[in-house]
Amino acid sequence: MEFTFYLSGAIAVAATLMVITGLNAVHALLYLIVSLLAVAIVFYVLGAPFAAALEVIIYAGAIMVLFVFVMMMLNLGKAAAAREQDWLTPGIWAGPAVLASLLLAELGYIFAQGGTAAGAVAVTAKEVGIALFGPYLLGVELASLLLLAGLVGACHLGRHEDVHHGWDEDERHENG
Amino acid sequence: MSELALAWSNVILILAVVFSFAALLSWIERRLLGVWQDRYGPNRVGPFGLLQIAADAIKLLSKEDWVPPFSEKALFVLAPVIIAVTTLLAFAVVPVAPGIGVVDLNIGLLFFLAMSSLGVYSIVLGGWASNNKYSLLGGFRAAAQMLSYEVFMGLSLMGVVMLAGSFNLRDIVAAQEDLWFCIPQILGFITFTVAGIAEARRLPFDLPEAENELVAGFHTEYSSMKFGLFFIGEYVGVILISAMMVTLFFGGWLGPLLPPLMWFLLKTFIVIGFFILLRASLPRPRYDQLMAYAWKVMLPLTLVNLLVTGAIVLAWKS
Repeated sequence: MEFTFYLSGAIAVAATLMVITGLNAVHALLYLIVSLLAVAIVFYVLGAPFAAALEVIIYAGAIMVLFVFVMMMLNLGKAAAAREQDWLTPGIWAGPAVLASLLLAELGYIFAQGGTAAGAVAVTAKEVGIALFGPYLLGVELASLLLLAGLVGACHLGRHEDVHHGWDEDERHENG
Repeated sequence: MSELALAWSNVILILAVVFSFAALLSWIERRLLGVWQDRYGPNRVGPFGLLQIAADAIKLLSKEDWVPPFSEKALFVLAPVIIAVTTLLAFAVVPVAPGIGVVDLNIGLLFFLAMSSLGVYSIVLGGWASNNKYSLLGGFRAAAQMLSYEVFMGLSLMGVVMLAGSFNLRDIVAAQEDLWFCIPQILGFITFTVAGIAEARRLPFDLPEAENELVAGFHTEYSSMKFGLFFIGEYVGVILISAMMVTLFFGGWLGPLLPPLMWFLLKTFIVIGFFILLRASLPRPRYDQLMAYAWKVMLPLTLVNLLVTGAIVLAWKS
């Protein structure tokens, strides 16, 4: 199990290096996804399966999808298309593919071992919950307030356009 | 040594059954659609048209395996692999019956959610790498749709977790000994079903490939077995969601008289039949309707379910 820890740690470091040095935003993001998956395995090996699962679900599975979504939008346009010609080297894709398949092999190895943690005691979802809503309650509340503020702000920005649009249409009806 | 052999036979058996059933499903679906639409469906090749799958496989394999010169080649090839790998990996945690299953993971439910949330990359990257406007639009739609429906997919299952007190899928099945969770968790069941259909990109939620407006959406440029992999991946996804619905809401392998394995297969097949019936009967919504439905109807419903379940569990325990 120690071997899986060092291997996924090395993959995380290598992938993150590729994120930083990569020229293409979408390619860099794909390396970042590999890096996050590697970190999830590190968490798992260290005995924090709950944190590992959340890392994959929230970071790799949700936030990075949004990033990729935005990058896909921004990459449109003729200048970007011309630049893309230079990015067509298949060598770029060999990297993440090999690293991800190494992670896959590791996952298979962990399952073959019975899916138990390597060293320390496993921290279950229940313990995480008790810690969050016990000693760290204040932090959770502050974070939730911050998120609420962001939500209200986003709602306001989205609503403004709607109201304006409706008003325009009303006016058109009155005029026409 | 025999334990290892047993584990391997488990893995190989589950893989073989899932893959062959996914292939068979393309025939079952067309026959069932035929029945519901008052026609025969494919019934020419072999008995009842059963060998249609073999004919389709030969057709797919003998077609030109084309990688468009304007595409991101390596990613174009990688995209269909991702969907196959993530959906098949999720099967690792499905508790088929006592003693049958690949791994008994403490965070089994979360593992399933993680794999289904990674599956979206296949569609998005496939659409992007094709470098084709219809594919790209399909990829966009897939990203927004699957992200939105994932949000309440996870939340809709938390009621089940509260009642069972565990993320372990075997514990969840065991907790349904007296009462299947589809009754106390009826709201969670409905929202999970909707999210599951959207995650599997089945009609009425197949907007990423809406063929009447986007040619074939994200897989417009795919041909031969790369298309076949997307195709099989979709059916494997349907089987996965059906198996999860059975595990989480219909008592998994539990049932009288018949052996547990039979119960699991029977229930899963009934849910798959429901998926196909949906395709035969429901029209596709508009894209803004789809998004509004997720955020304005399903998400509040899930939150209500979560609050009520939490309150009841709290009152019950104290």
